[in-house]
Amino acid sequence: MSAGEKYVAAAYGVFLVFVLVWAAIIATKLSRLERETGELARLARARTSADQGDG
Amino acid sequence: MSITRPSLSALAAFAVALAAASVLMTFFVAPEDADQGLSQKIFYVHVPIALTAYACFGLGAWKALRLLLTRGERYDLESYTGIHQGTIFGALTLVTGSIWAKASWGVWWTWSSNQLVLFLVLFLFYCAYFMLRFSIEPGPQRERISAVYALFGVALIPVSFFAIRLASDFIHPTVFTRDGPQMTGSMFAAFCTSWAAITLLAYVMYRTELAGKRTDVNLRDLREALAR
Amino acid sequence: MTAYLGDVAALARKDLRLELRARDTLPAMALFVVATLVVFHFALPGGASEDAAYGLLWVALVFTALLGLGRAWAPESEAGALDGLVLATSDRSAIWLGKALATLAFLLAAEIVALPAFALFFAPLDGPALLGVLLASVGICAVGSLVSAMAAAARGREVLLPLLFLPLAIPLVVGGVGSSISPEPGAYLAFLGLYDAVFAILSWAAFEYVVTE
Repeated sequence: MSAGEKYVAAAYGVFLVFVLVWAAIIATKLSRLERETGELARLARARTSADQGDG
Repeated sequence: MSITRPSLSALAAFAVALAAASVLMTFFVAPEDADQGLSQKIFYVHVPIALTAYACFGLGAWKALRLLLTRGERYDLESYTGIHQGTIFGALTLVTGSIWAKASWGVWWTWSSNQLVLFLVLFLFYCAYFMLRFSIEPGPQRERISAVYALFGVALIPVSFFAIRLASDFIHPTVFTRDGPQMTGSMFAAFCTSWAAITLLAYVMYRTELAGKRTDVNLRDLREALAR
Repeated sequence: MTAYLGDVAALARKDLRLELRARDTLPAMALFVVATLVVFHFALPGGASEDAAYGLLWVALVFTALLGLGRAWAPESEAGALDGLVLATSDRSAIWLGKALATLAFLLAAEIVALPAFALFFAPLDGPALLGVLLASVGICAVGSLVSAMAAAARGREVLLPLLFLPLAIPLVVGGVGSSISPEPGAYLAFLGLYDAVFAILSWAAFEYVVTE
């Protein structure tokens, strides 16, 4: 590869890497949100069944 | 969420299509620049990123203004996300600009590129935004102070631009020049496609980040409600 | 209008009186700027041009201003008085204007010491250079008073203030250095005037959003 081609590849590569890193960060966030909503749903279900049990 | 607001997945799909089209046009349609050779192709990714950064800062400032004038709840997160996106694209502008400088002139940095210097100043300014924001307790005062700072940012952009132009007269002789693209029709078309793709990508990222931040807030409120 | 100006004058007078009594900020600024100039003598290599000296003058001025700005809201925050001021005045922007004028007075007083010292140690200062110093000082105090109030609301304010202030000060340094060394200072002086107008109006309008809880 000539020098010019290397730099063009580097510039586009930086951009591509950035988009992929951002996607990875979003994916991590999404799995954390999934875990937290799961916990909250469990809490809510426990509470509704406890209410039904008492009521 | 109104019906007229396009769905995020549709926008993302369109952004992918535009990105593919722009890469095709950049490398197969647009002719190679006579002076700079292949490295001129960096222009098609560097300049749209810079323009998108400006647009994000502008969006952040607009939302900030709405916050100060209407005190709407949503504007704080929208302004913050806009500034966040702008700072990221600003950093990308500096990196791609540096690569282009190395390709064109053999140096990783030069003070004679007014756009690079401007982005450096803005990058410093907006990094300080985050330091400011996270040094203040969450609440209405933090929202307002962040909004005022975001507005100062857009005032700083033209003022710094003039300052840097004036400074180039006495600080460094203009050693490196790059002719403004005398673009042929196909080069211009490739540029516009690239610009549209990157702008749309930035918008998709903005909406996605905003959704994530809002969900965080909702979860926190839900947890507080369930803890009682 | 007169009530507004009365508020501004009262606030500025209060700051000046406090400083005259306590005498802590102003002597510190004067001493700091002279010491900085001496450090610059040792920092400049032997063959350095005169232009470089003018550049260093502006570095000294900016950092001396930062010293003063760091203390600008100290009387209010130490006494817990800012909330009281915010409630007492009809228009909160008067607080900003009073503070900016007082800070300008302090900065100008420090410059009365700094500029002759610079002329003595390094290079002469002509009319455009002095006008540049005056215009830039106005801009520094306008923007600095606002940004200092922002930092006052935050943790780690001593570290935060320079981070917030320096990017905004860059155009002022350009204008100031240009008016000192350029053969045609007119453009730089006009630019400083523009900066002052834009950022003074912005600071004046935005201040109330910064201080209200």
